[in-house]
Amino acid sequence: MENIFRIIVCIKQVPGTTEIKINPQTNTLVREGIETVINPFDTYAIEEGVRVKERIQQSGEAAEVTAITMGPPQSESILREAIALGADKAILLSDRAFAGADTWATALTLKKAVKKIEGWRLIILGKQTLDGDTGQVGPELAHMLNIPFIGYASSIEEISFQKITVKRLAEDRYETFEVRLPAAVSVGKDINIPRVPSLRGKLKAKNETIPVWRAVDVELDEKDAGLPGSYTQVIKIFTPKHTYEVKMIEGGPDEQADELFKKLKQLSIV
Amino acid sequence: MYDAIEITGKLARINDNCIFCGACIDACKFKSIEITGIPEQDFDFSGYEGVMVFIEQHQGSVAEVSYELLSEGRKLADTLGTKLYGILPGYDLKERIADIFCYGIDRLYIAENEIFKNNIDDIYSKILVQAINRYRPDIFLGGATSFGRTLLPKVAAIIKTGLTADCTELSIDPDKKILLQTRPTFGGNILATIITRNARPQMATVRPHVMAKAAINQPDNNRTDNYLKYAGKIEFLKFDPLNFKTKYKLLSQEKESGQSINLTDYDVIVSGGRGIGGPDNFALIKELADVLGGVVGASRAAVDSNWISYPHQVGQTGKTVNPKVYIACGISGAIQHLAGMQTSDIVIAINKDPYAPIFKIANYGLVGDLFEIIPRLIKKIKSGKSSI
Amino acid sequence: MHYFLSEEQQMIVDICRQIVEERIVPVRAELDEKSIFPKDIIDEIGKSDLFRLFIPEAYGGMGTGIFEVCLATEELSRGCLSVATSYAASGLGFIPIIVMGSEEQKQKYLPELAEGKKIAAFGLTEPEAGSDAGSIRTRAAKDGDFYILNGTKQWITNGGEADIYTIFAVTNPGRGARGVSAFIVEKGTEGFEFGKKEDKLGIRASATRELIFTDCKIPSQNMLGSEGMGFITAMRTFDQSRPAVGAQGVGVAQAALEVALDYAKVRKQFGVPISSFQAIQHMLADMATQVEAARSLVYHAAKVIDSGEKNVAKLSAMSKMYASDVAMKVTIDAIQVLGGYGYMKEYPVEKMMRDAKILQIYEGTNQIQRNVIALELIKRGVL
Repeated sequence: MENIFRIIVCIKQVPGTTEIKINPQTNTLVREGIETVINPFDTYAIEEGVRVKERIQQSGEAAEVTAITMGPPQSESILREAIALGADKAILLSDRAFAGADTWATALTLKKAVKKIEGWRLIILGKQTLDGDTGQVGPELAHMLNIPFIGYASSIEEISFQKITVKRLAEDRYETFEVRLPAAVSVGKDINIPRVPSLRGKLKAKNETIPVWRAVDVELDEKDAGLPGSYTQVIKIFTPKHTYEVKMIEGGPDEQADELFKKLKQLSIV
Repeated sequence: MYDAIEITGKLARINDNCIFCGACIDACKFKSIEITGIPEQDFDFSGYEGVMVFIEQHQGSVAEVSYELLSEGRKLADTLGTKLYGILPGYDLKERIADIFCYGIDRLYIAENEIFKNNIDDIYSKILVQAINRYRPDIFLGGATSFGRTLLPKVAAIIKTGLTADCTELSIDPDKKILLQTRPTFGGNILATIITRNARPQMATVRPHVMAKAAINQPDNNRTDNYLKYAGKIEFLKFDPLNFKTKYKLLSQEKESGQSINLTDYDVIVSGGRGIGGPDNFALIKELADVLGGVVGASRAAVDSNWISYPHQVGQTGKTVNPKVYIACGISGAIQHLAGMQTSDIVIAINKDPYAPIFKIANYGLVGDLFEIIPRLIKKIKSGKSSI
Repeated sequence: MHYFLSEEQQMIVDICRQIVEERIVPVRAELDEKSIFPKDIIDEIGKSDLFRLFIPEAYGGMGTGIFEVCLATEELSRGCLSVATSYAASGLGFIPIIVMGSEEQKQKYLPELAEGKKIAAFGLTEPEAGSDAGSIRTRAAKDGDFYILNGTKQWITNGGEADIYTIFAVTNPGRGARGVSAFIVEKGTEGFEFGKKEDKLGIRASATRELIFTDCKIPSQNMLGSEGMGFITAMRTFDQSRPAVGAQGVGVAQAALEVALDYAKVRKQFGVPISSFQAIQHMLADMATQVEAARSLVYHAAKVIDSGEKNVAKLSAMSKMYASDVAMKVTIDAIQVLGGYGYMKEYPVEKMMRDAKILQIYEGTNQIQRNVIALELIKRGVL
């Protein structure tokens, strides 16, 4: 039985929304041409996973990082990105049955997949996604695996095969927890600065064969996955209506500054 | 975007790639796509009743968001014609009881013990699960604080129920009497309304400063007989502290050093975005913030460019704020940013681009060069009079 | 712009571009002003496998050629010439080991250099010996199994930051260039010290220092090749490294052109963008053509070298000379297009011009390059 410290990093593909355009006629978001990217926080998760691997290796032991995502077939591209950034392996969880999953069903699907991986000690996730941003999958997954979860880690102080010490930032204080492994941790941007992909990493990413696991491969019943397996359901999607009209303050800089000053005075701000 | 729609003839078919992102709704020229309708519930939830709020505190100090949730919870309970309950695990709590009762709570469940001295996930989740299983609330609300965001999903997972995070609106469906949980979604200009089906309680979290705290009468200052005064409405939960095992060892706690800014403490926030152009120009923003007695905020673009540090970031991945006045300078209005400030009382936007999305949610908009307008504004404020 | 790069070559460009945008651009002005060596950036460059581009696969390299080195150097130069110089100069420092080193020497030094764990420097120039490299005075006197080094090297790029130095010293006085030998000297060797760090016009973040040898004892295994091979080692090294200097020129010229072009489209005078004035248009046209021509020459030279061709001195010198002259011209013209703003430190072009000047001077001044080209022409003909 090999003694490898396996790290699993759960990542997600989200729309890249830095370029926002609003259709002036319909007042809605223009979605055509918006690319999909790896969830920004997941890049930090991958980097932390690779750093943990390097720390374990420095102590003379073997370690390995596996990136995993649950998503449509094109999510494969973020797994390749993860490999370019230092992940050793990747797994794509993809099945029509997974569609419409809420955080519970997502966590359950991930749990089933994780159970198929031997010797994992640590799961790392980005603290939230750009699209759902609930940050719930981590704690729910951890509970299903019966392992402790530490969220919003700002640094992993110590790591060994048995334990992990994590410092995290609550609203106004730092807390340092120690838990036994296996455990799960979520990270934000303050934990590290992700490396630039290496040339060898990119070449490996290009050539890697990434296995696709469907519901049957992880022994997940279709009724427990996706929308049927979810406890919450979206019943309506709509564009918010704005109940007030914006008042434009016109004129050159002098007039605008003056008008704004008067408004601020009216609001008793000055 | 996900190549999920295939058109054969005149019929659109949704294939494997669909992840319910909702993009098709906007895109469809025929407006023929809709994701809607409340499905029939399979279960009988008549045994569940009431709105319960998790009142979060740390070492005796109650989180503001808990009062906001009590205010909201009271409204929901009134609509349903049901009661509002609070669950308050903690240690050394006597001080705050009076405040809590000012928000119209019908019954407060207290679990007071040293084991609750620190906010530990598995200790708190155990007591909350115990309370939920015992009292079977129909709706359970908690604040999306950094503790809440890991605690409540754990509770939901243990109970096996649904949890909707970061709701911006909560209401009751008049027909089905279920909780409608609305939140922004998909990073887009879109809101989603979510329901919990086939499970109870319906759990939701709300971020601090998103919902309004009810205006209350001042609680009386005489705190010594608080427990006596509200005796009829307080129930102490029975539990065996020795049964509460934890996997977490808290090694240390340190207050965050004075360096960090707490944007939520200020009534006026002046924020800079990409239009600021560089780190040095933030001095202008700071000057305006200073003369208005406010604080400097920033968009993600400015923070990512290292023009200003992360504690100033406003937005979905930064802080959520709702000051009296939010002045957005050179900020286009990306959805992540709007999510963090759109509930501000007054939004003033200054941007060169007349089509910047920020103007859609602003109260006052100024199309122009912020480097021309702001210095003039500062001058006027300093001299205290208007020239016109 | 399609340059018919392979997927791997495109990956190299993409990685460098990311380093430029995320790591270099945000800090380049400050590093320049305060003369701070870009250690973190060089570390990042190392971790991304970019030093492996110079080195054969057997020693931890990627087995790529000068073409790939030029791709990386050009792209990094678009960000900051100080960073690109530090990168290229390390290559210059260890290419002698590749061209003249024994198997043991290669196994000993190259792997760590490939990983980016250590960087190198090239120590030839002295206070009295610049273009006249043959008259260097640093002496390496044989003493049993050792050589004792005495002398001073001047203006050595990466001096103080590098761990591995290729030092040229006179082993056989009176024989001129043929009496020079090359040695590998490691930082920390007793008798090897650093002098002052120079305060320069440009590439200010690049570390430029004096190396001072006082009875520095080095083992004779550290000599590259045999006695008297120093000069050939240096010449063979320059043949490989000069196109990379050319690539630096292309990169900085490209960057300056981009700034000038963006500015011209936005800056309005007399009611219109200045890009609508023919005077500006002609300048931009000339600048762009020069950059394109320089690029073609550099990569052509690189390809010829990589093909194994032996007589590459002329092409190599041409690429360095032409591209560095282009870099100087284009950066100066870019300042002119930006007018008053170009003169201000707030805009990046003045730094680009200050940085570009060195390209016409180091690794053989452009006058020396012309000598090389002319002599090669006369000796071997046009082709």
